Amino acid sequence: MMQNTTPLVDATGLDLSIGGRRILAHVDLSIGPGEIITLIGPNGAGKSTLVRVLLGLMRPDHGAVVRRAGLRIGYLPQKFDIDPVLPLSVARLMTLTCRATRTEIESALAETGVAHLIVAQAQTLSGGELQRVLLARALLRNPDLLVLDEPVQGVDFGGQAELYRLISDIRDRHGCAVLMVSHDLHLVMAATDRVLCLNQHLCCAGTPAMVAKDPEYLRLFGPRAAEAFALYAHGPHGHDHDHTLSGDVVPADHAHEGSAHDH
Amino acid sequence: MITDFFTRALIAGVCVALVAGPAGCFIVWRRMAYFGDTMAHSALLGVALGLLLGVDPVLGVLAVSIVLALILAGMGANRTLASDTVLGILSHSALSLGMIALSLMQGIRLDLMVYLFGDLLSVGMMDIAWIAGGGGVSLALLLLLWRPLLAMTVHEELARAEGVKVDAVRAGFMLLIAFLIAAAMKITGALLITSLLLIPAACARRFANGPGTMAVLAALYGSAAVVGGLYGSLHFDTPSGPSIVLAALLLFLCGLVFGRRPFRS
Repeated sequence: MMQNTTPLVDATGLDLSIGGRRILAHVDLSIGPGEIITLIGPNGAGKSTLVRVLLGLMRPDHGAVVRRAGLRIGYLPQKFDIDPVLPLSVARLMTLTCRATRTEIESALAETGVAHLIVAQAQTLSGGELQRVLLARALLRNPDLLVLDEPVQGVDFGGQAELYRLISDIRDRHGCAVLMVSHDLHLVMAATDRVLCLNQHLCCAGTPAMVAKDPEYLRLFGPRAAEAFALYAHGPHGHDHDHTLSGDVVPADHAHEGSAHDH
Repeated sequence: MITDFFTRALIAGVCVALVAGPAGCFIVWRRMAYFGDTMAHSALLGVALGLLLGVDPVLGVLAVSIVLALILAGMGANRTLASDTVLGILSHSALSLGMIALSLMQGIRLDLMVYLFGDLLSVGMMDIAWIAGGGGVSLALLLLLWRPLLAMTVHEELARAEGVKVDAVRAGFMLLIAFLIAAAMKITGALLITSLLLIPAACARRFANGPGTMAVLAALYGSAAVVGGLYGSLHFDTPSGPSIVLAALLLFLCGLVFGRRPFRS
């Protein structure tokens, strides 16, 4: 495959205010092919807004977003509620924005481990199942860039680790870039190439280990967050034990300390 | 007992129902019931406009609904008023404007009932041509818009992020409804077209496991309501438009009794 190194998305000098409130200030961000970027920041830091600007759903007050010509995007939105008035099977949900054969749909669902759900009605899925189906749907588009807005929300801790591993496997297999939003600082996945820490402006950026030591990051989130963050980023997959999809619900903090001891 | 006028009424009515069913599914899915209502109310203004300019009232209705559809589609983006408020304002203003325009016209005695409730039994070959043409255009447009429209019905931002031209598709759908209402004016009347949009689609929900099935079922239920309603009106000597609506309601009630329970209530 020819490697095209043109950035998939190149944003410069983004400024955005909504209702007089500053949401984004001088944000520069470039996403290269095959790169995994995790966007972290406290609530209200402008993470989702930045994603929406990058996707072209919102226009910034200043600055420019250049998307590579013909860029194929697979998007997993933060909220995805399907109205029960619309009968929609998983199979039909998969082809919302692209056509695909039954075999292609089956193999995409199999890749995210939910092939058995193909005939289920989409409204009956659990949080974790829905996220996996939506991930498969995004994959089916054969995207250059996967945009995942808080992909592990509503998923218990074991399921979260599995999902992160799945996302990193998908990048390795498909070579697509991944832009991911996470508000849970404890769970920045190890395979992330770059962590961007956003609080209206980009406070700091770098590998997970680098960002964890960055004084800006520490000031924003406190030393305790950095500790958990660094531990999680330690192992090759960030964890070395298996959880079932419907694994126990454990408070993230405690589970975290548990997994740290395992290493 | 099947006479020429009755056959023409059947053909015209079924034509409308075949389009109104699938289009009505999107009205139901997108929660736009009030939109259909507004378009229908404002049709009266179109009738007045047609008479004023000396052209076929159907053309007047078409013009007014298209203008209205474009206004509404354009307002979709930024609004400080809820859309149902805006629809209410437009709906009743257009209706009143139409009534006043009609009352000011000298020497025109118009049977308003025909425009509000339709007169299926007086449908001529020319009307059938209008309905078949308008209905055909609407149906073709709907098939063309089907995938993107369904995508943005499920999740508008996702559709937009993945390249669906959301604004164009929305405007296209509203134009489709405008076409349909203009074409159906003579059949069911301005007020009753809304019920042919809503009731068959609502009835189909319980029996469908996919959007395509629901659209086909809605077209069938609508046709059944037209046929049943027309025979009913012949038998009981009742007005044809309201009889069709009542037949649709009966089907809907049967669906409530015999249909599958929804997976969650």
